[in-house]
Amino acid sequence: MKKVYGTAEQALDGLLRDGMLIAAGGFGLSGIPEFLIAAIRDAGTKDLTVASNNAGVDDFGLGVLLQTRQVKKMISSYVGENAEFMRQYLSGELELEFTPQGTLAERMRAGGSGIPGFYTKTGVGTQIAEGKEHKDFDGETYILERGIVADLAIVKAWKADDTGNLIFRKTARNFNPPAAMCGKICVAEVEEIVPRGSLDPDGIHLPGIYVHRLIQGDHEKRIEQRTTRKREEA
Amino acid sequence: MANDIKGWDRNQMAARAAEELEDGWYVNLGIGIPTLVANYVGDKDITLQSENGMLGMGPFPFEGEEDPDLINAGKQTITELSRTSYFDSATSFGMIRGGKIAAAILGAMEVAENGDLANWMIPGKLVKGMGGAMDLVAGVRRVIVVMDHTNKAGESKLLKTCTLPLTGTGVVDRIITNLGVLDVAEGGLQLIETADGITEADIRAATEATIV
Repeated sequence: MKKVYGTAEQALDGLLRDGMLIAAGGFGLSGIPEFLIAAIRDAGTKDLTVASNNAGVDDFGLGVLLQTRQVKKMISSYVGENAEFMRQYLSGELELEFTPQGTLAERMRAGGSGIPGFYTKTGVGTQIAEGKEHKDFDGETYILERGIVADLAIVKAWKADDTGNLIFRKTARNFNPPAAMCGKICVAEVEEIVPRGSLDPDGIHLPGIYVHRLIQGDHEKRIEQRTTRKREEA
Repeated sequence: MANDIKGWDRNQMAARAAEELEDGWYVNLGIGIPTLVANYVGDKDITLQSENGMLGMGPFPFEGEEDPDLINAGKQTITELSRTSYFDSATSFGMIRGGKIAAAILGAMEVAENGDLANWMIPGKLVKGMGGAMDLVAGVRRVIVVMDHTNKAGESKLLKTCTLPLTGTGVVDRIITNLGVLDVAEGGLQLIETADGITEADIRAATEATIV
């Protein structure tokens, strides 16, 4: 089966519908599927629920889907860098399900692994726990969190082979593997697609079984907080 | 409390917090003053975790060497070390939730005398989210808070009961402020140490929480 597509638009053909749940990889602006986000913007798909740790910035990442009002609800842990997000949220135009970062990652991993729910200590005694089942194990209280199964996962990796085996680079891995796992269909965008046999099988970060469609692109990879140190004077 | 009582500055607080860390520990540092703790670990073998998927976090890169694929949990560009490993977010929080991380050093808006922590939300104001803070305080073995003793209005941030939405209940072990060091103990906070030029009376005057 051929997984490699020419463009993001072609790779998403037939997969988008209004009201769907999309899981997106990335942390801040690092490791985000920028071409697939742009293609969803161009397709105009509406009323989306997006599970993603962050919501991008106003003009990059998932922020572009907020600008066009295509997102109905976000499932995120931190949305601090996005003024348009805040405006839509405070005015009631956008729903937000705050989920602790580790709980969100595990909800995706569990959903993709056939686990519909799991118990965690994270959030016990906070407003996150309200309305959730509580259960004691070995004298400690845990809450039930649900696995996420997304209609579509969009992720970004560094390299892929044409069978969809993925390798990520440094901290750009982040939410991409769990997001990919939880998608009924996963589309990945990578910087380079290499022939099968070119990647070390022991070095594959995400096996191609989780990846259904692939595109290659020349990523902008924007830096959100550029921090540097001075070189010592010689 | 008189405004001329200062105690430790940001760097002195960070240096004091670094004394809490033990050789061989894996540690997660929060944003703000906790980040400065890395400058004061000295010869101790400390591995810093960045919860977006890295153990062995190095310093900021030299200008021109920034890599968009290499950032910390505050989205700042950083570098790797010879010991560095990378992993995904689910694995990262597995080690946090699983108690593998020895300590987290975090900032706070409020701490209560029973160890309740509030540091993620002020209702009606800008709401940014908890990020990984709820997972960290629920999972790591020791939670150390580094913060100013009082807010800008001069009111105690060490309270009998938190007024803001909680990040975790009964999670804080030790608090390092500009005025001193306090532990969460039976019945209230226990004074461990006072900052240079600060007396126990100064701390009692600046603290709403019960000091036992």
